[in-house]
Amino acid sequence: MKKLLFTGSLIASVVLAHVSFSVNAEPSSDKLTIDEEFEMISRTESVEGHPLPEVVSGWHYRTPETRAMEADSFQNPGMLGIEQGEEIWNTVEGTEGKSCASCHDDAAVSMKGVGASYPKWDADSGKPINVELQINKCRVENMGADAYEFDKGGQKPLTAYVKHQSFGTPVAVDLTQGDMQQWWDKGKETYYLRTGQLNLSCASCHEQNNGKYIRADHLSQGNVNGFPTYRLKQNKLISLHNRFRGCIRDTRAEYPGAFSDTLMGLEVYTTWRGTGLSVETPAVRQ
Amino acid sequence: MAAKPRVKVPKSAAAGDIIKIKTLLSHTMESGQRKDKEGNVIPRKIINKFVCEFNGAMVFSADIDPAVAANPYFEFKAKVNESGTFKFIWTDDDGSVIETEKQIEVS
Repeated sequence: MKKLLFTGSLIASVVLAHVSFSVNAEPSSDKLTIDEEFEMISRTESVEGHPLPEVVSGWHYRTPETRAMEADSFQNPGMLGIEQGEEIWNTVEGTEGKSCASCHDDAAVSMKGVGASYPKWDADSGKPINVELQINKCRVENMGADAYEFDKGGQKPLTAYVKHQSFGTPVAVDLTQGDMQQWWDKGKETYYLRTGQLNLSCASCHEQNNGKYIRADHLSQGNVNGFPTYRLKQNKLISLHNRFRGCIRDTRAEYPGAFSDTLMGLEVYTTWRGTGLSVETPAVRQ
Repeated sequence: MAAKPRVKVPKSAAAGDIIKIKTLLSHTMESGQRKDKEGNVIPRKIINKFVCEFNGAMVFSADIDPAVAANPYFEFKAKVNESGTFKFIWTDDDGSVIETEKQIEVS
């Protein structure tokens, strides 16, 4: 009997790649209301074709203290990044002597809806384009300024500022544009592909085991409606592609380059999975 | 990030009210415990003192140690009996001082 149990658990641990998912704890049932007045959609019925019945924002899986930080826009350290982004928006840069504001005027008006509808199809490159790349495209083509390198310069605060103009708006990407559907398919493949020494896919944690703890981390559904996110462990704004790479690195796999085709497909797909959730940028996470 | 303070003080209050004051400062608060890629210690550089004065008198003060994380947030209560100015002073390890003020109308 003992021998049989030992073999059984050995097989189980091989299947789970030495990772044990234990302790199922329900995500918080609180409502996400910012500054006691702004009600956010942080739980909603999932979009058609979604494998899960309900989509839940990562906010619900955090400790009460972390949740309180996001609910107070004054205390939210990510808002400092938004202020920085606003400064950059109004700063002239490049050979054409323009700032973002020169063409786009008041971001609250011109950028409304952007954070909720990107990534979009970009006919020029024949690929999906996200906010970071759109900013770079604008800088190079219209401002005569250098493109931001990944996560460098004003990329994070400015992306956060632009996305923040859609604060509260439900995420909804248009898959009918160009070849978006093919990139969605590619992203879906990536999402379910097991990779690395730990042989895990995104789905292993975020679909099959959300709500459970992996060591001390309360696994969320892995939605992306809050990016760039203020991560407490890193004390700064973290971009989506940085998080993708970090997660994949943590499965001990080789991680794709930022804005690579693989990660762009993944961004399209994961954004779609969060359809209906309010844009929370800048979210506060662990 | 440039060190910029965010301060929240109610614009008005009744005499004798206890008001809540919130402050958030953008600052890296480098603890001095981290090492860079080459293995050299990244020098400590933190805000080591935070003081709040009201009409010149000290209302709240804190001696800060490296355990406090980046972007230090302080929230405290104060009893107001008269109108005046709250002054907030943050002192960096290097001696530089960041200040800001907020008025309050007390009836």
